[in-house]
Amino acid sequence: MGSEKYSILLPTYNERENLPIIVWLIVKYLEESKINFEIIIIDDGSPDNTQEVAKELIKIYGEDKILLRPRAAKLGLGTAYIHGLSHATGDFIIIMDADLSHHPKFIPQFIELQKKHNYDIVSGTRYKGDGGVYGWDFKRKLISRGANFLSQFLLRPKASDLTGSFRLYKKEVLSQLIKACESKGYVFQMEMIVRARAMNFTIGEVPISFVDRLYGQSKMGATEIIQFAKNLLYFFATI
Amino acid sequence: MTKLNEWVFGLSVFFGIYMALVTKRIKHEIIDDNMFFIQILPLILVVLLGIYAVTTVLYRTLTFNECKDAAMELQKEILEARKDLASKGMKFT
Ligand SMILES: Nc1nc2c(ncn2[C@@H]2O[C@H](COP(=O)(O)OP(=O)(O)O)[C@@H](O)[C@H]2O)c(=O)[nH]1
Ligand SMILES: [Mg+2]
Repeated sequence: MGSEKYSILLPTYNERENLPIIVWLIVKYLEESKINFEIIIIDDGSPDNTQEVAKELIKIYGEDKILLRPRAAKLGLGTAYIHGLSHATGDFIIIMDADLSHHPKFIPQFIELQKKHNYDIVSGTRYKGDGGVYGWDFKRKLISRGANFLSQFLLRPKASDLTGSFRLYKKEVLSQLIKACESKGYVFQMEMIVRARAMNFTIGEVPISFVDRLYGQSKMGATEIIQFAKNLLYFFATI
Repeated sequence: MTKLNEWVFGLSVFFGIYMALVTKRIKHEIIDDNMFFIQILPLILVVLLGIYAVTTVLYRTLTFNECKDAAMELQKEILEARKDLASKGMKFT
């Protein structure tokens, strides 16, 4: 491929089990497609000592490929992306979870689609085409589809997966979006894609299969649903 | 214009016309003949929207793609990754 460089931001919190696997997969699929990349690990002082694993990975793959940019305490996802971005040297930024629910095999597809249409953003989607999920029961699927329907109905964004966080951005676009966003933590992703519509950025979509985490805990409870609803209404009223 | 503003605008236009019709400020025999229908129109629209929402969400929930192959492929790749990394000197705990 061309001379463009891609920076992959991996926020981690207690991902000791997953981190080596996700890094291995990224290296495998991106080298296969001859993509120039770096991986930036933003670890928030994980108690399981994820950083120790990161350091071993640096020994294996080199410190030009793997950059460990940790923070002292759990400061949330939103600021983790800002922190990672400030260390990124690529022309494009890819944001993904480190828990193996976002498979790196889709990254070459993101890149290809971006190049073809010169999109500002390419977003993975679980809700279109061959996209889908694994490991969700009926209740989880119902909540997800309900939340998705409601947000499409109220916000009419140009993307079908608002809460997913597997995306590619032009670096300049991401920094503009981050500057415009007010929220921290999990809703950050949702706010970014809603603001992207308001700021007239172009968005492409790639269907992805989302395999829910095998190791560690995922958060999805009443508080998350209430948080989501509150933010949905807030964005509805303000963006 | 925020999405809320768009909705307020759209609903204001709708209810402006609606009120003009039910208070008979606009007169026409077609309107008089269908007065009951016009009066309950908002209710009909709300019910239709509700049915649309419930069926769509249920249909999409039941037809949500189950990525079993992706999960199995990932399981295999995890083992492969562990083996390869171990051969490169990585210790797993
Ligand atoms: N640096 C950092 N990473 C986080 C934090 N919270 C979650 N993560 C990471 O963000 C990604 C998504 O988190 P996850 O718990 O899987 O969220 P879920 O999939 O929405 O349940 C994972 O890679 C986590 O390790 C945090 O506060 N700081
Ligand atoms: Mg997850």
